[in-house]
Amino acid sequence: MELLLQIINGLSIGSIYALVSLGYTMVYGIAKLINFAHGDIIMIGAYTSLMMIPVFAKYNLPLWLTVVPAIILCVILGVLIERICYRPLRNSPRIANLITAIGVSLLLQNVVMKIFGPDFKSYPKLFDFPPLVIGRVRLGINVIITILLTVILTILLQLFMQKTKYGKAMLATSENYEASKLVGINIDSTIMLTFAIGSGLAAVASILYVSSYPQVQPQMGSMLGIKAFVAAVLGGIGIIPGAVLGGFILGIAETLTRAYISSQLADAIVFGILILVLLVKPTGILGKDLKEKV
Amino acid sequence: MNKTKKISYITTIVIVLILYFILIGLMQAGVISRFAKGILVIIAINIILAVSLNVTVGCLGQITLGHAGFMSVGAYSAALFTKSGIIPGIPGYLIGILVGGAVAGLVGIIVGVPALRLKGDYLAIITLAFGEIIRVLIEYFDFTGGAQGLIGIPRYQNFTIIFFVTVLSVAAMFSIMTSRHGRAVLAIREDEIASDAAGIDTTFYKTFAFTISAIFAGVAGALYAHHMGVLGAKQFDYNYSIAILVMVVLGGMGSFTGATLSAVVLTILPEALRGFNDYRMILYSLILIIMMLFRPIGLLGRKEFEITKIIDKLIKKPGDNAI
Repeated sequence: MELLLQIINGLSIGSIYALVSLGYTMVYGIAKLINFAHGDIIMIGAYTSLMMIPVFAKYNLPLWLTVVPAIILCVILGVLIERICYRPLRNSPRIANLITAIGVSLLLQNVVMKIFGPDFKSYPKLFDFPPLVIGRVRLGINVIITILLTVILTILLQLFMQKTKYGKAMLATSENYEASKLVGINIDSTIMLTFAIGSGLAAVASILYVSSYPQVQPQMGSMLGIKAFVAAVLGGIGIIPGAVLGGFILGIAETLTRAYISSQLADAIVFGILILVLLVKPTGILGKDLKEKV
Repeated sequence: MNKTKKISYITTIVIVLILYFILIGLMQAGVISRFAKGILVIIAINIILAVSLNVTVGCLGQITLGHAGFMSVGAYSAALFTKSGIIPGIPGYLIGILVGGAVAGLVGIIVGVPALRLKGDYLAIITLAFGEIIRVLIEYFDFTGGAQGLIGIPRYQNFTIIFFVTVLSVAAMFSIMTSRHGRAVLAIREDEIASDAAGIDTTFYKTFAFTISAIFAGVAGALYAHHMGVLGAKQFDYNYSIAILVMVVLGGMGSFTGATLSAVVLTILPEALRGFNDYRMILYSLILIIMMLFRPIGLLGRKEFEITKIIDKLIKKPGDNAI
């Protein structure tokens, strides 16, 4: 029973990784860029929500609705970052892209640190429901909401990619850049849409994250972002179900390590899994093998 | 060795010695305070770090985000060696530096052999993972002092040793990278598939460059450990790796003098502008972004700043060049 509870908790944190890694995987699939700033978008989302709480409390609105301003701000920020920092570098060497992304990440962290200070700020309870009791197991409602929301959003995203014109344009662009241009796809707006969706999902993830770990801090996004990227690589980068699978595996591995081996070693185990997968199958669990073109 | 090379070597050695005696003279005269002396030591350590990272990032063309991990391995192994007191005093310190470099180099091989099968972004992420694992393991084990950190490391603020270790490290890395082996590494940076086809053992040379880089990061770590006297694994996190990367990128990826200069500037700058310290990281990140947008090759690009060329220009008349 204890084990089952740990696995459910793992699924819950894994869902957050999964939501974040969807943003990584989509951006990487299309722009071939590790958007290091993605983790910090989550941090911005969490801070936005925290700042909006007094306003929402004044009008007696439910606190989880602060996700709306968080989504709006994150989407604007994500699109702006793409427009200002990444678009001019689209044909530059990969190393320049990677360093710019690191720069944007540091910039977001340090601006927030300058405005709000480097300390942890506590976060009020978002979902005020009693925990679900099944037999001797007590499940927090936020755990269930997190898992359900992730599954629903992933299915919606998958449908969007396969059924709509914009989604198909995104798939085509990630498949072949030049050819999609030839058939009349607007690459710029497609990539912009990718960043917008990724950042919106990150904002949702930020609310779920603070409902499980009720505190915010300027650097909270960096480790979360790295782990989410690990999840994306684990499942096969560029593949949406892969990101979710990777997130779940990572979350469960981490929770079980914390519970049964050592909480200190959890990060080492997570990165160890990444190294193993990359060495055995560099394209990830669900990844397709690609031959290198000369 | 031809004549111009000989002249350039002699001028370099003379300049290095003059710099050394100026610094020592200023210290004796009390112009350089204890505080400024401390900064000089940090500058020297950062020079070794930046130049060693330049070997992988600039010369081999592969991004690694775990350089601070190698530094911590060097720092801890050197500190544990001198702390054990097998060889006391300055000789022990010198051997400790070698031990630090050797152990870091060994870890470099262990990490490099599997990691270098990947490239680009995947390599960056896997080195980041290794760096974090090293940090977590140092905090986990007891013999490294665990999460409390390692204390009671003998402090040797011997400026002479630090100065010459830095000079020798930079000279060693520079001569390796301009040798036949170094040119093979440069070829891999330009085009890995082509150099493989031309008969270069790419796996060997990639590991070679990676290991050189790790060895000298370890040396820098050893100097750092004996300068600080205490070590904590948290000092060597991802942000430290990024700070070193900023130095390399700013100076020019592939330029040894560029890495050295930017290590000096980026160490002095925050100290000189104390009140400005809050904005330091904001400025760093803006510099990184603007640099990549407008001058992605760094300040010096791949050029080296050569004093002999300037002297030549000053001495020779314009007509002399046409020999």
